[in-house]
Amino acid sequence: MHFEPVIGLEVHVQLKTNTKIFCRCSTKFGAAPNSQVCPVCLGLPGVLPVLNERVVEFATHLALATQCHINETSVLARKNYFYPDLPKAYQISQFEEPFCEHGAITIHVEGQAPQKIGITRIHMEEDAGKSLHAESFVAKNETLIDLNRCGTPLLEIVSEPDFRSAREACEYLVKLRQIVVYLGICDGNMEEGSLRCDANVSVRPLGEAKLGTKTELKNMNSFRAVEKAIEYEIHRQEMVLENGGKIEQQTMLWDANRNVAEAMRSKEYSHDYRYFPDPDLVPIQIARDYIEAVARRMPELPDAKRHRFQSFFGLPEYDAAVLTETPDLATYFEKVAEDVNDKKLASNWVMGHVLRALKDHNDSIHTFPVTPRYLAEILQLLETKSISTNSAKIVFDECFRTGYDPKNIVEKQKLALITDDKKIDQAIDQVLDSNARDVQDYLGGKAKVFGFLMGQVMRATQGKAHPQTVQQALRAKLDALKNEKSTEGS
Amino acid sequence: MAVTIQEVDHIARLAKLSFSEDEKEKFVEQFNQILTYMEKLNELDTSDVEPTYNVLALTNVMRPDEEKTWLSQEEALANAPRSNHGFFSVPKVIG
Repeated sequence: MHFEPVIGLEVHVQLKTNTKIFCRCSTKFGAAPNSQVCPVCLGLPGVLPVLNERVVEFATHLALATQCHINETSVLARKNYFYPDLPKAYQISQFEEPFCEHGAITIHVEGQAPQKIGITRIHMEEDAGKSLHAESFVAKNETLIDLNRCGTPLLEIVSEPDFRSAREACEYLVKLRQIVVYLGICDGNMEEGSLRCDANVSVRPLGEAKLGTKTELKNMNSFRAVEKAIEYEIHRQEMVLENGGKIEQQTMLWDANRNVAEAMRSKEYSHDYRYFPDPDLVPIQIARDYIEAVARRMPELPDAKRHRFQSFFGLPEYDAAVLTETPDLATYFEKVAEDVNDKKLASNWVMGHVLRALKDHNDSIHTFPVTPRYLAEILQLLETKSISTNSAKIVFDECFRTGYDPKNIVEKQKLALITDDKKIDQAIDQVLDSNARDVQDYLGGKAKVFGFLMGQVMRATQGKAHPQTVQQALRAKLDALKNEKSTEGS
Repeated sequence: MAVTIQEVDHIARLAKLSFSEDEKEKFVEQFNQILTYMEKLNELDTSDVEPTYNVLALTNVMRPDEEKTWLSQEEALANAPRSNHGFFSVPKVIG
């Protein structure tokens, strides 16, 4: 039997605000445990949560970037459950009236037509604390709790069950990550948990309209894990059905070390959350002029930037996609391209030498020693034929190593080519004079001699003349001699 | 809609509370009384009334994204029955 997988994703993005969603505690990563807490996020009695206005602004950014409809009024609700990392015993989230709904993200899977993936809703909520189970200082009978993360603002993006393969789901996640990084609302780091993804997976016989029973996959901490876990789960469900079994609705945890997904042991999570509007928080009302003001401050999005790189710089689609992968790389390229005429040359160097050096040295583009200005200088020298391509690479490497100005490096290492045509002419005349016999041979029809003469000129200029310039000038001189000779002969 | 003993059990489980059979019987009775009382509200036609999410006539109460330190780790843990290495220590969650 052939099966069709049906997948939907729930993605949580941690927002890059200074403070938590309902209190003024810092959200900085890596502080000493329980050092960024207050009565509000500790869930002490008698406190009043107050919404962080930047969370609303960031939510508006994402709503606009995903073409969602922003609800005029949205409401914060309590989601009730017991867990030690949630001291209030409820999470403040949104339920009936989410921030925005009915959006879409377009994905491009290689070899497939572009696909519109529906966004069901985006809502804001608070993160829970962190539990420690495995560290050496945790006693056998305890779990340790750090509440620094408790109250960190999150946006949850719920997709429609529009994916038919793990590849599509993964492509969407990459795209969504790119959008939030471009918007500057999330750092997109999956390993550190600032971007988290759960997947709802079911399979149904091909052609069947009714959805199969779904399972929820959790604990996938990288793009690779998301793809592998979904593939694993699709395969598992198909095998169960092939063998006449039934899929049980349950939560599966992905184990990245063993490459398996296993049903969560604890049935503690009864999905009876008893949502109700939080009486401590008043409704959020979003006016049209607020949305317009936020829209004006929106940075350029990845798709728009990619198209601009193609149309404005005349770059191929592939180059534009690589260069706009992150906003930082795109900015780097734009600064280089500003001062270089040949944009494709600039693109080749950024995609080649720059990306390779960044990867080899695990460097960040922010601290990259070859600044856009320096790379532009190198490329200008190349464009004006002041240095050869080989020398340009030497200058680049040296600039990367030392951070010195390319012009200094060229001077110090005597890499400058002779740009003065007169000097090249002089060298050619000299070579022709002192190799009169070879010149005669050439004029007599021995074309091969050209290479020898060319080499002599290059030697006379200590390799500092641009070979192409020399070749043209030498050819012109010899042609002139040939003409003279034939006129003499006639 | 009458509350049954199964529902009392369910609610007790969600609240992590346990009761004797006598207590549960009593809750069935009390819950039903409360519901009967609430049912009186159904006599009103509210089809044209927007749901009230909040009794205050306020919207958009927000604050700027400015940081403030409130408690030290020591203060945060001061009333915890048990702590370890700066963490709250609770009975083991995953077996």
